[in-house]
Amino acid sequence: MTYQFDFSAVLQYWPLLLQGAETTLIMSFWSTVAGFAMGVVCAIARSSGTPVIRRVVGGYVEIIRNTPLIIQSYFLIFGLASVGLKMSIMAGAILALVINITAYTCEIVRAGIESVPRSQREAGECLGLSPLQVYWHVILSPALERVYPALTSQFVLLMLVTSLLSAVGTEDLFGISGNIQAMTFRNFEVFIVLWVMYLIMSALVRAMFALASRILFVRKRKLGTLL
Amino acid sequence: MNNDQILYLLQGAWGTVELSVLTFVFSAALGLAIALMRVSASQTLRGCAFGYINLIQGTPLLVIMGVCFYGPSILGFTETSPMFAAVLALTVHAAAFLGEIWRGCIESVPKNQWEAAECLGLNRIQRMFKVILPQALRIATPPTVGFMVQIVKNTSFASLVIGFAELSYNAKILNNSTFKPFLYFGVAAALYFVICYPLSWVSLKLERKLTVARDQG
Repeated sequence: MTYQFDFSAVLQYWPLLLQGAETTLIMSFWSTVAGFAMGVVCAIARSSGTPVIRRVVGGYVEIIRNTPLIIQSYFLIFGLASVGLKMSIMAGAILALVINITAYTCEIVRAGIESVPRSQREAGECLGLSPLQVYWHVILSPALERVYPALTSQFVLLMLVTSLLSAVGTEDLFGISGNIQAMTFRNFEVFIVLWVMYLIMSALVRAMFALASRILFVRKRKLGTLL
Repeated sequence: MNNDQILYLLQGAWGTVELSVLTFVFSAALGLAIALMRVSASQTLRGCAFGYINLIQGTPLLVIMGVCFYGPSILGFTETSPMFAAVLALTVHAAAFLGEIWRGCIESVPKNQWEAAECLGLNRIQRMFKVILPQALRIATPPTVGFMVQIVKNTSFASLVIGFAELSYNAKILNNSTFKPFLYFGVAAALYFVICYPLSWVSLKLERKLTVARDQG
């Protein structure tokens, strides 16, 4: 092997790399927040809406889950631009990510809602809770707690997949690394550095979710167990 | 859209199917090895498999694509075809996920099956291949078919770093020269859907069948 590795050529661009990582985390944060909120709404609609609403949401989920994100983003971002709707690359990218992650979140949360036994709901009613209280305290909160690990994995995957949006020009970590490759011709080293940085970022996102679960789920905090 | 363009998209779809099939075959072999390592008695093997899975699942597929595209030439393989690099990256990636899925399936076979096989005097390899794996296979089929959808969608990553001419790459080329994004990406999405939806559907049906069988059993 005669290849001389030269990581210093890549690492001298560390401010650029950090800036990219920051953009990646910002994109992931907003898509996670918006995708989670919309995913929960879609899950409620899909499990207890009218038949028409259920079908519409079901169709949306199936279309998104059976086509690749890259095609969805091209369709959305280039499509909207072609009919004259201009928006920043960042906004378009986050919109595409939200539309994508909502479908996955919807399915995960729906599975959680459906896993709550009927008897729990009836017990809640017997205690004299209002329908809204029953839905919030007896169905939705425990459902979310139960699917929390699956949601965590899904949102870590979301953080990783933001790299794909560099194809439409975002300056996230992956997008910005293209510039470094062009400046240094050290493509392989760039990818190794990216690998390490993404590993750290996945660990970071996982840690954030673990921390959030300690704060959000009172039962877990007090008893140390999930449902 | 004229005939040539339709043909071009269909050629892309064929590239997608080729990549998917090759990836599935190779990642199934590697994934099984990973799953077996994960449940092995040796702590070293378990640790290696665990490390591999974390290394792969913690980084984007695009980064793995880059390493698989530029890496082989550094090791001295002078001609890395896009096809080779794409299949390599997709295989390495999918095997980590399949390994985890299958580990779960192997572990969900009841423990008394292991003990019964041991009582029959079967050795460890016989127990695994004659008793546990055939039962795990049944549990593993629905999620595996479901994961095939993931593999098909992931092949679209090969259009970026590597530039392999599959469906999304060809759709992008057509759009770049004609500027009709809704048309070309719409048709491409429909083609992906035609490939993926039957797999999702079969996976769901198999899962329901398994749940019914389990409830009755």
